[in-house]
Amino acid sequence: MKDSLRRLSLNGWVMLVSIVLLALAPTITTWMDDPFLLDLIMRMVILSIAAVSLNLILGYGGMISFGHAAYIGIGAYSVGIPAYYEIHSGLFQLGVTVVVCALFAFITGYICLRTKGVYFIMITLAFAQMIFFALVSIEEYGGDDGLVIYQRSTFEFGPDLGSDISLYYTCVVVLTLALLIVHKIVNSRFGLVIRGSAGNDARLMSLGIPTFRYRLVCYVIAGVICGVAGWLLGNFTNFISPEMMDWTRSGELIFMVVLGGAGSLFGPVLGAVAYLTIEEVLSGITIYWQLPFGILLVLVVLFGKGGLTGLIAKIGRGDK
Amino acid sequence: MDGGLFLIQLLNGIQLGVLLFLVAAGLTLVFGIMDFVNLAHGALYMVGAFFCAWLTLNYDSFLLALIISVPAVFIVGYALELLVIRHLYHRDHLDQVLATFGMILIFDTLAHLIWGPAGLTFTLPDAVNGHVSLFGLTDFPVYRLLIIAAGLLVALGLYLVIGRTRVGMLVRAGASNRVMVGALGVDVAKLFRYVFAAGAMLAGMAGMIIAPITEARIGMGNDILIIAFVVIIIGGIGSIRGAFIASLIVGLIDTMGRSFLDDLLKLIISNQAAETSAPAISAMLVYILMAAILYFRPQGLFPPKVR
Repeated sequence: MKDSLRRLSLNGWVMLVSIVLLALAPTITTWMDDPFLLDLIMRMVILSIAAVSLNLILGYGGMISFGHAAYIGIGAYSVGIPAYYEIHSGLFQLGVTVVVCALFAFITGYICLRTKGVYFIMITLAFAQMIFFALVSIEEYGGDDGLVIYQRSTFEFGPDLGSDISLYYTCVVVLTLALLIVHKIVNSRFGLVIRGSAGNDARLMSLGIPTFRYRLVCYVIAGVICGVAGWLLGNFTNFISPEMMDWTRSGELIFMVVLGGAGSLFGPVLGAVAYLTIEEVLSGITIYWQLPFGILLVLVVLFGKGGLTGLIAKIGRGDK
Repeated sequence: MDGGLFLIQLLNGIQLGVLLFLVAAGLTLVFGIMDFVNLAHGALYMVGAFFCAWLTLNYDSFLLALIISVPAVFIVGYALELLVIRHLYHRDHLDQVLATFGMILIFDTLAHLIWGPAGLTFTLPDAVNGHVSLFGLTDFPVYRLLIIAAGLLVALGLYLVIGRTRVGMLVRAGASNRVMVGALGVDVAKLFRYVFAAGAMLAGMAGMIIAPITEARIGMGNDILIIAFVVIIIGGIGSIRGAFIASLIVGLIDTMGRSFLDDLLKLIISNQAAETSAPAISAMLVYILMAAILYFRPQGLFPPKVR
């Protein structure tokens, strides 16, 4: 009990410092005259949103989706394709993102969630690859080469995303909302069913709870949140290509969640920040940065359990 | 569409099918026996292609390159199992996915380090570089016919080994009930190490025989890996027969879809709409097939009988 209190306070400190840093980031980077740093932080925030949504199904629901990057792609193309036809309304693009992501998650989820284990992993991967190849082969929207977005989403009432600073704060607000939503879901009766079904699905079903429906709704929610992250990413990079939903992106998202600690609320955020920092540092040293990164990945799996959150908790408890 | 073109695409489809089978055979056994997710299987396909291309370029003999590369990939698979894979059997799927994902990065970057970013290309020996006439309808490359023959031969060999020998019996028993086989005194760990290495060798062979046509290229394994996943999902995890049939179905549908779907669509929608939508739909075709089969049979077409 005492242990858990101390762990809470340590996590609380990490959170408080992060919030202050996030709020002040544009000021600090302007002061340091390093706009690239703000770009990096913005990517961290956007990928955090995606990782938080993946954590909802992977960390809490035990559904190992290897196709989560597909939603990033759908979100980004929901900016790019309307912009190609000169429709820049943010509300319209967000609407498309939400509807298409929800539909895709519903249809694929309906088929995936009937299966378990290895099947689930491979089928989510295959469906994401389906969207990837479909977009690669549509020449109209640039195919392999992608599309440049000449104008970001516009809102009649709301932030002017044309400015990097207000786009940044929009991302931070969305991240906060995503965390709140996941927190609410996980601690509700609905979340109890999701977590319970990850532990022992058969038992819940024998209690008369139709877990399939709960899991499907959860899968759709996670897809939509990740789609919004993709919508932000499309606006941020001003460029979309199928590469955004390459299956290695899905693998990276899983790595972020696991590195940060699956099934903890802030873990994925820590994981995303740590991942992008590692990538940034290593790729600055060598073009072969994926070699040490791959080795690190194997080592983390073989020897590190519980991710960064677990590590912080361990340090908080005072053991090695 | 004329008969000649149809015949060519039919053979191309079968050729893709046997190639997929070589990759999927090892994958389905590894999944079936050990319930292990191996994303790095495609990397062994790439390793095979690079070994073969590199040796051919150095010693100027494709045949010699093949003879050396086949056991070389077997050894790579064996070492991989010994060093990393066997520590992962008792982990959950998430750990397996992450670790083998890390290994893809390691293999891809090593290939980049050793052979450079551009990939390796080489030409076939003259003896197999010609064309033959098919029933007077059209010409077809000899080498592609050889690939089909080699693939079918391997499939037959595998069928005989798995269906008729003692080792094959143990493999089948392992796929049905691993614990029981262990309880009967079989060294499952050792059995599995050889199955893994043999699967790696088959994937490597697929890479070797396709290398003269495509080239040895970084990332080539990842593309075929995901289609191989689709194949074993359709065929039923752990079933060699299922993998064989599903490979041919997927190979044919993919190839035929890409060549003839626009003509078919033009019968129902306008020419322009058909031209734009056909490439996207044909790229999605095998995945749609997978979804449809899973909807009716979540365990695939030929699941092993006892699980």
